[in-house]
Amino acid sequence: MDWQAVAVSARLALATTAILLVVAVPLAGWLAFSRRRWTVAAEAVVALPLVLPPTVLGYYLLVAMGARSPVGRWWQEVTGSTLAFSFSGLLVASVLSSLPFAVQPLLAAYGGVDRRLLEASAVLGRGWWGTLGRVALPLSRAGLATAAVLTFAHTVGEFGVVLMVGGNIPGETRTASISVYDSVQAFDQVSAGRTSLLLLGFSLVVLTLTYTLQRRGGPGWARP
Amino acid sequence: MSGSLAVRVRRHVVDAELEVPLGGPPVTALFGPSGAGKTTLLRCVAGLERPDPGSVVVFGDELWSGDDRHVPARSRRVGLLFQDHALFPHLDVDANVAYGLRGVPRSMRGERVAEALATAGAGHLAGRRVAELSGGEAQRVALARALAPRPRLLLLDEPLSALDTPTRSRLRVDLRQVLVRSGTPTLLVSHDRTEVLALADRVVVVVRGRVLQVGEPAEVFGRPADAAVARVVGVETAAPGVVRSRGDGVLGVEVGSGARRLTAVEVLGETTLGPGDQVLVCIRAEDVALELPGRAGPSSPRNHLPGTVTAVAVDGPLVRVDVDCGFPLAAYVTRPAREELGLVPGSAVVASVKGPAVHLVPHPQ
Repeated sequence: MDWQAVAVSARLALATTAILLVVAVPLAGWLAFSRRRWTVAAEAVVALPLVLPPTVLGYYLLVAMGARSPVGRWWQEVTGSTLAFSFSGLLVASVLSSLPFAVQPLLAAYGGVDRRLLEASAVLGRGWWGTLGRVALPLSRAGLATAAVLTFAHTVGEFGVVLMVGGNIPGETRTASISVYDSVQAFDQVSAGRTSLLLLGFSLVVLTLTYTLQRRGGPGWARP
Repeated sequence: MSGSLAVRVRRHVVDAELEVPLGGPPVTALFGPSGAGKTTLLRCVAGLERPDPGSVVVFGDELWSGDDRHVPARSRRVGLLFQDHALFPHLDVDANVAYGLRGVPRSMRGERVAEALATAGAGHLAGRRVAELSGGEAQRVALARALAPRPRLLLLDEPLSALDTPTRSRLRVDLRQVLVRSGTPTLLVSHDRTEVLALADRVVVVVRGRVLQVGEPAEVFGRPADAAVARVVGVETAAPGVVRSRGDGVLGVEVGSGARRLTAVEVLGETTLGPGDQVLVCIRAEDVALELPGRAGPSSPRNHLPGTVTAVAVDGPLVRVDVDCGFPLAAYVTRPAREELGLVPGSAVVASVKGPAVHLVPHPQ
């Protein structure tokens, strides 16, 4: 089995999950609690990676990271290396493609929080961030856990975007799912079988964990 | 104007322009038919809804002016008691009460929490979990939470409507005492006359977004300024009195200046009343019968109150007769009855009221 690829996958999934939780907690809060109409459009954009073919998303990211785009040029000036075909570029791509998996469970959990509690918090002198951190988030712990688990799992399972943006550099951008593809291409059925079995077991464990979290709904008061 | 609340709201079905006095005695009630947008008004004052276009001015401080001045809810220093209390379920009682004390030094918060709980009569609930509280207990904690940051104005949205009937009548007295004790200017909205009579020092009658009458509850309910107010509040004598005796399920109540004794039957749910308790004695004008003095034999009504007619006014098929019998009492009689009795201002009459028609509302000062 390609342990190096498994390590890259784990590192990528951990980093993606950490970044996405920091991003998704306020982003989902804004989508859930803002009264402005165009949050609907923003919600659609966030959900886009769910329906967009990964190769399409990967293509656009590749273009955006290339030397001809302002982002790609800026990155090269600052770091001295290209964003595309590097772990950093892979991380950016993975954060974007896993965004809905972090936002959606939080959005659902926030939706179950009684609006009056948020209003009570505001009248008692807390601003938007204070209310999010002290009322909405503590009452959405099950949603937060689901978001973390799904983001981690989706990143591990991502294939199309990773192949497009990261390429296939061992120890840098070759993840477990790509390693399976590689092994099959090289007629190494044994290695492909082992890595696949690992991913299968992992996925099963993750899904069981997710459904357990949702069934229990966390502590009693967290359920809508 | 300082000492008052001025609101202009056009939102959904609400179209209101009010100035509500808040100085002096603490509790002011906004009374009006349900569905008139009273809750929307309260939410605009609290900053939870935007009166667009409109304005909100509290004690001379412009909180919302429609174009340039928008003070957010968190900066308004206004307390709000929600109908369903809205306690934070993931925090215990103390943390709930401390929630609004962010600006208070950490070392003083415990003291302030204890003080607020004591004011709300909830000292014994400290440290409890919110899920364990009964409806009445939850309300006390919610009150303590609203009072802890020492708001300049406390808003109550039909505070007793979410509670079951026995709890409600018990809490009416408690709530009144808490509001008087805290001394915070309080605005409550309600369409329940008993709630208003029990809690308020001043009633503002609002119909279709306009103030029709402002006065003490007894005055507004007993002497509506005009027919429009009368239609909303009904005509009811509400005179302050003191319970003097109690026995056989009957309470003896002293009403008015002449120290006349009125017999009142104990009202269901008010069984906690005893001698010395202050009450409002409520009698609907339809329940008062008038007769000429000297002709009365033994009869079932327990109360025979001699008095003098002060005013006679035709009101549709009925005639409204105001009688001074130590306290002002309103009576409705038919037009033939008025002819037969020859009622004019100055006539001597005896007003009869059956015990069960007398409704007592506890009203501690």
